Amino acid sequence: MKALAARRHHRSAPVVLLLLALLLTGAVYAIAQPASADAAQAAASESDIAAGQKLFQANCATCHGPDAEGREAVDGGAGGPSLIGVGAAAVDFQVGTGRMPAQMNGAQIQAKPVQFDDEQIAQLAAYVASLGAGPAIPTEDQVDPEQGDAANGMALFRTNCAMCHNAVGAGGALSQGKWAPALDDTTPTHIYEAMLTGPQSMPVFNDANITPDEKRDIIAYLDDQREGSPGGLSLGSLGPVSEGLWAWVVGIGLLIGASVWIGAKSS
Amino acid sequence: MSTVDSPPAPASRTTRAAAATADYLDQRTGVGNAVKEFARKIFPDHWSFLLGEIALYSFVVLLISGTFLTMFFVPSMTEVHYHGPWAAMDGVQMSEAFASTLRLSFEVRGGLLMRQIHHWAALIFMASIVTHMMRVFFTGAFRKPRELNWLVGFTLMILGLLAGFSGYSLPDDVLSGNGLRIADGVARAIPIAGSYISFGLFGGEFPGMELIPRLFTVHILLIPALILALIGLHLLMVVLHKHTQYPGSGRTDKNVVGYPLFPVYVAKAGGFFFVVFAVIALMAATMTINPVWNYGPFDPGVVGAGAQPDWYMLFLEGGLRLMPGWEFVIGQYTISMNILIPGVIIPGLLFTVLALWPFIEAAATGDKREHHVLDRPRNAPFRTAFGVAYLTSFSILVLAGSNDLIATHFHLSINDITWTFRVLFFVAPPLAFWITKRICLSLQRKDRELVLHGHETGRIVRFASGEYIEVHKPLDAHERWLRVQHEPRRPIEIEPAEDSRGVRRKGYRLDAAKRRLSKLFYEDRVEPVTPAELVAAQSHGSHDALPLAPEEHREELTAGASGSRHLAPEPEDTEGTQRH
Amino acid sequence: MSTHHDPSTDLTTRDGAPLPERFEDPGLHEHRARVGDSDPKAQKRAERQVVVLFAISILGSIGAVVAYALVPPGETVGSMRMSNLLLGLALFLGLAGIGLAAVHWAKALMNDHERAEDRHPTATSEPVRVKAVEALREGVKDSSIGRRGVLKGAMVTSLALFPLGIAVPLVGNLGGDWDVSASKRTLWRRGVRLTIDPSGRPIKASDVTIGSAFHVIPENLEEAEHPLDEKAKAVVLMVRMDPRDLKSEQGEGWSYDGIVAFSKICTHVGCPVALYEQQTHHILCPCHQSTFDASDSAKVVFGPAHRPLPQLPITVDDEGYLVAQDGFDTPIGPSFWERLT
Repeated sequence: MKALAARRHHRSAPVVLLLLALLLTGAVYAIAQPASADAAQAAASESDIAAGQKLFQANCATCHGPDAEGREAVDGGAGGPSLIGVGAAAVDFQVGTGRMPAQMNGAQIQAKPVQFDDEQIAQLAAYVASLGAGPAIPTEDQVDPEQGDAANGMALFRTNCAMCHNAVGAGGALSQGKWAPALDDTTPTHIYEAMLTGPQSMPVFNDANITPDEKRDIIAYLDDQREGSPGGLSLGSLGPVSEGLWAWVVGIGLLIGASVWIGAKSS
Repeated sequence: MSTVDSPPAPASRTTRAAAATADYLDQRTGVGNAVKEFARKIFPDHWSFLLGEIALYSFVVLLISGTFLTMFFVPSMTEVHYHGPWAAMDGVQMSEAFASTLRLSFEVRGGLLMRQIHHWAALIFMASIVTHMMRVFFTGAFRKPRELNWLVGFTLMILGLLAGFSGYSLPDDVLSGNGLRIADGVARAIPIAGSYISFGLFGGEFPGMELIPRLFTVHILLIPALILALIGLHLLMVVLHKHTQYPGSGRTDKNVVGYPLFPVYVAKAGGFFFVVFAVIALMAATMTINPVWNYGPFDPGVVGAGAQPDWYMLFLEGGLRLMPGWEFVIGQYTISMNILIPGVIIPGLLFTVLALWPFIEAAATGDKREHHVLDRPRNAPFRTAFGVAYLTSFSILVLAGSNDLIATHFHLSINDITWTFRVLFFVAPPLAFWITKRICLSLQRKDRELVLHGHETGRIVRFASGEYIEVHKPLDAHERWLRVQHEPRRPIEIEPAEDSRGVRRKGYRLDAAKRRLSKLFYEDRVEPVTPAELVAAQSHGSHDALPLAPEEHREELTAGASGSRHLAPEPEDTEGTQRH
Repeated sequence: MSTHHDPSTDLTTRDGAPLPERFEDPGLHEHRARVGDSDPKAQKRAERQVVVLFAISILGSIGAVVAYALVPPGETVGSMRMSNLLLGLALFLGLAGIGLAAVHWAKALMNDHERAEDRHPTATSEPVRVKAVEALREGVKDSSIGRRGVLKGAMVTSLALFPLGIAVPLVGNLGGDWDVSASKRTLWRRGVRLTIDPSGRPIKASDVTIGSAFHVIPENLEEAEHPLDEKAKAVVLMVRMDPRDLKSEQGEGWSYDGIVAFSKICTHVGCPVALYEQQTHHILCPCHQSTFDASDSAKVVFGPAHRPLPQLPITVDDEGYLVAQDGFDTPIGPSFWERLT
């Protein structure tokens, strides 16, 4: 998927890329806004918690246990950690990006098409949040890239995130088949929640480490990256390896083609 | 210039002006001799002869765009705060080198284009040097009298590596800064002198304040001057030796066949410069290269995923990634084989073999004659196979240097990839050697078959006896010549160890070593068809029907296919004409 | 049966004569005329094509000047990209037009008869060589150097020594103060607070929740004479895990309630090893994939590094902030010859 997307970027003209980036940004807002609005409403309602518990029993209890207390994996069977105290943010991230319910036990649980609608996710989050205090879903203000300082965000991203996610969030490899995903189509809310909760291999960046304002700065920086590169096609933002590949394929390819034309006898 | 109203023909006036200029110059420089010598000098035509020109022209592009960049780049590590149009850097502390790179990219009109032209040209420069070297290697163009020019070219490649490394480190960004840190780590691993070498490079501790100004001088003065001088020497030797040519009818070691420098190559080569520049400009207009604004100013505590050097340094990076962690302490002193082997020993070996190849091959061949007609790669199976094996090991190191990107793009485990490449580094080159050699020998056998039996026509004829044969069309003289023109190369013969009186002669050991080397090169071989063999094939009367080929030829073909060491056909009737 | 024999290639016709050892070179191919060589119309067409290509170049070059004047890079990514694209494309047309025109001209319109030129051996002819050797011999004789050993020795020695006057000051100054032992010292010492990189905020132990990774610099970094040089040695990666997961540490009591701090400079070639996988407690270097186990004294579990990352012994001060118990007990970063001395 990722590779496909990167290649599509290579071929498109910069103008098209810009349009795509604008469309994408728009789409991101469209997705982000209702999600957090729903979440804010959901926090209080008792009926949501009850509905969430039902959803949990049906979809999550196999691995996480009937009361979300966690379950050890036995003989290759499914097991999952306790969800008491992980907070609504963890649920919104894991379910909202399609990572949960998990499909298979690979090196890493992957993002897939989301299996619940926004309301159901909010109900699940409300239920898990009711089990024990944990990080809440950020408000719309907290994740608004317009209010962040991209320059500070870049400095923080470089120090805390770039080693895994690459300098502009194009993703990178971890050990044993795990990887840090690309961030170019992750919503601001999910980025915030990931920092707060540290899903899977990712460490936790609590508010003492990276303050809420700083988290918003990081979101502002990542949002800026969606405008593309001033130099033309970004070549996947993968660094010198992809540049070298294109130098050989396009540069040497075209020049050898020209050489053959120059060396061939005219008809 | 304007000749519209003048009574004499316009052409004659221009001609007269040209003649007057020529006369003026000649009286002061004696340039007539050079013009007479070079204007109609003949160059052979082949696309692969243009690969070196790509390198030359991309170097010219580097000089032009580089001069532009020096006008705006400030080689200083003094810390400043950036304020400018790039929002993600506004107010950030950085070195003047990095700040001026941002300024020349975003505020100087055309500056970003020139920066991207410069960097793409650098990648193309190295890529074309490598492809040019491959052409020279696989066609045997390095043979006498061109061994020294091979060394000049080899040195140019090394200088190109250094020019690239010193250049992409100049912006003082996170990516190249970590590259310098790795260079520092490799330097410090050198026994005894390591720490001092590191201090000497950086003017003290890493990163210090000296490095960027030093690299700048190296990058814009020292290395380009050396490259220019050596390019001059390289081209001078090309003129001196006259260009090599591919084998074919009428092309011999005593002539050069092609078109005159003026006007054909002035137009073709001159035009090609513009084509090369145009392709680089097109890449710079449409594709981002080295976006330092993404990486940020150098900070020794920071690193990004996908930390790799430009492609031509990637093999070093790959070696460092593959090597297991071997480190020894002898007494109180530490020897880091995990750095020395991939960082010093392997590149040292790879480059030494490459530089010395013409001399190694000359020793194996024992041939002291000049060669101006190129080899078809199939006709030098050992060399071709060695070259492919060499490229295989180089490619594995390059891939190993990209193992994290392979992991993410093909959803593999980086640990598995590393282990695979560790094994492949030892297994793949010999395998590539063996396969390539087999392919070369098969192609040579195919050539023999074509010469002896001609092309299949697909026309089936039935004889009165009821026998069916397929008609084969013999090769015309030109096509046949291409397939038989090369000399068979055989292992050198040496004099016996003892003379007739039983005294052991001096120098026998060296000769024996040469003989062993020579056997390694030429033991397995397929020799070109001789006229006698062709006559024998034809006089059997059924040469155009392959299944009915003479018994000895059939044997030879099947023996070859089963991989026996005696591939050269030595039928008795040709033995006499070949050897005595 | 014999109709498909091209007589010119049939060697059996050489009755009686002994066969040569090798085939003979049939000589150059006959010249093949181009379409334009016989068709003036085609030639005219080729000429027009060349003119059009040159015209494209002229338009491209003018376009480049126009793009320079009218499309400045501006302040946004989009305008920068547009400026770069238009200027670059115009330059491309200006160059490609000339290149294609010249090559097309050469291929279609210039005389394409191949010619052969003789080569001569690279070596000079024997008489010239004799004269050259003679010239050198005369020169040697004239210089009267031949029999004067002391003179020769003095000359060679002086020539060999004169570069020292340049090389010694150059090399002598290259390394600054040459205090190579500086690489063994860092800013960490007893009581130095651990602060967040790059903001410099001190860290309370209670702030470091389980699963956290903090990128840490010493509090006194900005006061250092060369902050970057010191940062290059002092950066630390601090993580907290469940104390029950902690299998070992490099020194007794060097961790604080599951919080461990290691030098961030790789012991392989010095990249910052910053990838902390909180589930496996592995620390991975993105440059060469050396992997260290933070729960087990940062021992190497994969990759080219040999030694564990040096551990920074930590504790908390009276106010609850994390501080160093002491500096590192081994030199940080890659190995070097005198590391253990």
